[in-house]
Amino acid sequence: MSLSNTLPALILVSSLLPGLAIFLLREDSHVLRTSLNMFGAIAKVILVGVMVWGVFHAQSFETRWTLAPGLDLVLSADALSVLFVALSTGLWLLTTVYAIGYLEGTPHRSRFFGFFSLCVTATVGLAMAGNLFTFVVFYELLTLATYPLVAHKGTPAAVRGARIYLAYTLSGGLLLLIGAVWLRTIAGPVDFVEGGALSDLSGLDPTALRWIFALLIIGLGVKAALVPLHGWLPQAMVAPAPVSSLLHAVAVVKAGAFGIVRVVYDVYGVELAGTLQLLPVLGAVAAITIIYGSIKALSQDHLKKRLAYSTVSQVSYIALGTAILGPLATIGGVVHLVHQGIMKITLFFAAGNYAENLGIHKVSEMDGVGRRMPGTTLAFTIAALGMIGIPPVAGFVSKWYLGLGAVEAGVAHWVLPVLIASSLLNAAYFLPILYRAWFKVAPTAWPAEQVRGGRLEMPGALLWPPVVTAALALAIGLFAGAPYSPLEWTQLIAAREYGL
Amino acid sequence: MTNLLVWPVLVPLLGGLATLLAPRLANPLGLACSLATLGAAAALVVVFADQGPMILALGGWAPGLGIALRADGLSVALLAMSSLVGLAAGVYATGYFADPDVRGRFWSLWLLLSAALHALLLSGDLFNLYVTLELLALVAVALTALGGGRAALEAALRYLTIGLLGSLVFLLGVTLLYAGYGTLDLVGLAGALRPEPVAWVALSLLTVGLLIKSALFPLHFWLPPAHANAPAPVSAVLSALVVKAAFYMVLRLWFDVFDPALTQAAANLLGVLGGAAVLWGSWRALRAERLKLLAAYSTVAQLGYLFMFLPLLLALPPGPSRDVAFGALVLLALSHGFAKSALFLGAGVIQQRAGHDRIADLGGTARALPVTTFVLALAGVALIGLPPSGTFLAKWQLLASAIETGQWLWLPIVGIGTLLAGAYCFRVLGHAFGPSDRVGAALAVGGEEIPALLLAITATVVLGLGAAGLWEFLALGTAFDGGSR
Repeated sequence: MSLSNTLPALILVSSLLPGLAIFLLREDSHVLRTSLNMFGAIAKVILVGVMVWGVFHAQSFETRWTLAPGLDLVLSADALSVLFVALSTGLWLLTTVYAIGYLEGTPHRSRFFGFFSLCVTATVGLAMAGNLFTFVVFYELLTLATYPLVAHKGTPAAVRGARIYLAYTLSGGLLLLIGAVWLRTIAGPVDFVEGGALSDLSGLDPTALRWIFALLIIGLGVKAALVPLHGWLPQAMVAPAPVSSLLHAVAVVKAGAFGIVRVVYDVYGVELAGTLQLLPVLGAVAAITIIYGSIKALSQDHLKKRLAYSTVSQVSYIALGTAILGPLATIGGVVHLVHQGIMKITLFFAAGNYAENLGIHKVSEMDGVGRRMPGTTLAFTIAALGMIGIPPVAGFVSKWYLGLGAVEAGVAHWVLPVLIASSLLNAAYFLPILYRAWFKVAPTAWPAEQVRGGRLEMPGALLWPPVVTAALALAIGLFAGAPYSPLEWTQLIAAREYGL
Repeated sequence: MTNLLVWPVLVPLLGGLATLLAPRLANPLGLACSLATLGAAAALVVVFADQGPMILALGGWAPGLGIALRADGLSVALLAMSSLVGLAAGVYATGYFADPDVRGRFWSLWLLLSAALHALLLSGDLFNLYVTLELLALVAVALTALGGGRAALEAALRYLTIGLLGSLVFLLGVTLLYAGYGTLDLVGLAGALRPEPVAWVALSLLTVGLLIKSALFPLHFWLPPAHANAPAPVSAVLSALVVKAAFYMVLRLWFDVFDPALTQAAANLLGVLGGAAVLWGSWRALRAERLKLLAAYSTVAQLGYLFMFLPLLLALPPGPSRDVAFGALVLLALSHGFAKSALFLGAGVIQQRAGHDRIADLGGTARALPVTTFVLALAGVALIGLPPSGTFLAKWQLLASAIETGQWLWLPIVGIGTLLAGAYCFRVLGHAFGPSDRVGAALAVGGEEIPALLLAITATVVLGLGAAGLWEFLALGTAFDGGSR
C-alpha cells in the first residue's frame, strides 16, 4: 500500500465518493452538498498535482484489479494520461463552481451533482486507463453518467435529446467493444505502451488489424463527433449550460478524441499505423469534419448550436494531428486537446451567462451585449479569437504546430488549405458575434432580463469561471514555452511516442 | 461436514410446513426460515471454498441404490444466488400481500419451491432430478395463480399444461436411459455412456423436455403471460430462479453426463434457437406496453444468451479456455438472476404506488420514486450488459469465445440484442424522467424499495467488480466426475 499503487485509485475515489454521498442528500442540504462538491474537486486537484510531479520525475503509478481471468482493470499514469487528467480535474473544479451558481434554486440538485461527479469520475478513469479493456469500461460508464445530465430538465426536448445521444453512444460503444474484444483475442492483453503495444508483436493478420482499427475508430468517432457520426452533438444542446460546457470541453467529445490518440499512438504505434496505411483515411475524415462543422456553424442563429458545430470542427484538429505522421503534428494535435478544452469551456460558460442573465439564446439577440456584460463578453472574445487562431491566444499554438507538422510530413498541399479554410470559416462565424456584441446598439429591452443587485454584472460564481479560463487560454498561449505548460508537456509526449 | 448439504433443502421444507400450520405467523416464520436458508447456503459456500466438492449418500446407501446429494461450484453458486434472491423477495413480500390468507399461502408455497429448487441443484441422479423438477413446476403454477384474477389463472393453467408436457418428454428420456444402461446415477451414467442411438434419443428427449421448461424460443410462449401476471415477488423468483433450474439441468446433463455423445451440430441448433430468442425476446420487450411484460420478455432474451454459450463451449477445447467461457456463462446466469428479480420487485413497487405499470404513463416516477427509478436503471445496466455489471464481463467473454472459435454469427446477434436491450431499458427510463404528475406527489423512500435496490447493486456492482472469485470457485472441481469439464 504505497502511493505508487494507490494514487490512481485515490484520484478516482475523490470524485466517486462525494458523488455517491450527494445522491443520498436531501434536496435542501445546500451547505453540505456544496462542501462535498468543493471538497472532492479540491482534493482531486491536489492528488493530481502529486501525480503530475511524480510523472515528471519518472515515477510510475499503477492500480491493478483483476475482474476476470485475463481481464485486469488497470489505472496508471503516463505523460499523456496525466495531461488529460490534469485538464479534466482543473476544468471540473471551475465547472463545479459555475454549476453551483447556475443551478441555484432549481429542483433535483442532488441528482444533478451526483451524476456530475460520476461523469468526471468516468472521464478521469478513462484518462488513466492503462489498457484497452479499462478504457472501454470507463467509456461506457461515461455514456451512462452523462445520460441523466442531458435529460436533467425533464422536458420532452431534453428527453428526446438524451435518447438520441444514447442511441449514438451505445452503438459506438458496441463497435468499440467488439473491436477491443477482437484485438484482445488475437493479440493478448493490450496495454497502452508508448510507441505502440502491437509494435512488438509480429505475425498478426494485417486484414484483421485493419478491420479492428476501423471498428475502434468508428466507435470512438461517435463521441469525438467525426462526420457523419456527429448527429447527437447538436441535439445534446438541451442540457443545462454547465453540462454542455463539460461535455464539449473535457468529458464526452474529448473522451473520443483522446481514445483516437491512444489507439493510434499507444496501441498500434506510429510505425505500424503507417505501414498499414490507416492514417490517410482518418486524416481525410478529420479534414472533412473540420470543414463541414465550420460551414454548418455559419448558418446557426442559436448560439449554443453554433458553438456545438464549432466543437465538431475543432475537436477534429486532434484527429487530424494524430493522422499526420511526425512529432510536430502530434504536438499540434495533442496540445489542442487542452487548448480547445479551455477555450470552448469559456465560450459555453459565457453562453450560459447570456441566457441566464438576459435570456439571450440567439446570435441575433446579442447586439450591444458587450456594454451590458463586459466581463463575460471579454472572456467570450478572447476564447473566440483563440478559436480562430489569432496569436497570442492558445489556439494559435495548436494551428502553428499542425501546419509545421504537415510541412514536415510532406502533406502540406492538402493540410494547409484545410487549416486556412477552417480559420477563415471560424472568423466568419465568430467575428460577426463579436461585432454585434461590442459595436451594435443594445435593444431597449433584453429578451428576459434578471433583476439583481450587486456590483458585478453576474453573481461571482458565474462570472469568475469564464474569466479565469479566458485568462488561462491567453496565458498558455503567451507562455507556451514555459516549464509545465501544455505545450512543453506535449513535446515530452511526442518525444516518447516517437522514441526520440 | 458433508451433511451440510441437507440443510438448504430441509430448512425451507420444514419452514413451509410450519407456515402451513401457523399461517398467522407466516411473516416472521418465513423470514426466519429464509435467513436460516441463507445461513445454510453461506456455510456451504465457505466449506466448499475450503474443501472442494462434496458428496452425501443419504442413509448410507451407496449411489445407485440410495439418494446421493452432490455439490460442485456450479450448484453451490446457484444455490447461493437462490437463497439471496429468495430472502430479498421474501422481505419484499412481507409488505406486498395485504390479505393475510394469501400471505400465508405465499410463504408456504414459496418455501416449498425453495426446498425443491435446492434439492434439484444438489441432486446426483436423474430420478431425483425428475421428481424435484416436477415439484418445482407444480409449486410454481400454484404461485402464479396466487394473485387470482382471470389473466393469472389462465396463465397458470397454460403454465401447468406445458409444464406437464415437458415433464412427460423428460420422463420418457429417463426411462430410455434406465432401460439402456441400468442406472440413473449421473456419475454411473457418465461412465457407462457411449455414443450410440439410445444415448442420442435419450439426450434429445431430455433436452426437449428441459427446453420447454426453460422457455427457449420458440417454446417460450407460456412464459411472458405467467411471469407478467403473477404477483411481483413471485415473478421475481420465477424469472430469476425457476427457469434457470431447467437450464442448469441442460448444462449438467450435457457436459457432465452426455459429453461423449454430444455433436457440434446439436449445440449449434440450440445456439441458433438462443440467438433467435435474444432477437425475438428483446424485440417483444421493446414493444411491450407494461413494465412486467417487458421484464418477462427480457427473460426470454436473456435465456437465449445462456443457450448461445453451448456451441461455443463445445467448440472450445477442454481446458483453460473452456473454463473461462463456462465461468462467464455462470456469471451471466447469476447477474441476470439478481438483475431480473430487482426489476420485478421495482415494477411491483411502481404497480402498488401508481396503481398500474403502463410504461407510457410512468412520467414523474423519477421524481416520486427516485430509489425505484435508480433500481430500474441499475437493473437495466445489467440487462444491457454495460459495465460495471457482471453481464458486461460475461458478454465480453461470449464475444471473445465467438471470435476464438470462428463462430462469427453470434457477433451481430449479441450486437443487435445489446442495442435492443438498451432501447427497451432506456425507453422505460425516458418515460420515468418525463414530466407528469400521474404517479403522485413526491414520496419518501419506502422500506419496500430496499430489497430491490440491494439486488440491483449485487448484479451491477458486486458481481462486476468481484467476479474474479467466481472462476476460482468453479475451478475447485466437480463432484460429477466423468465429464470433461
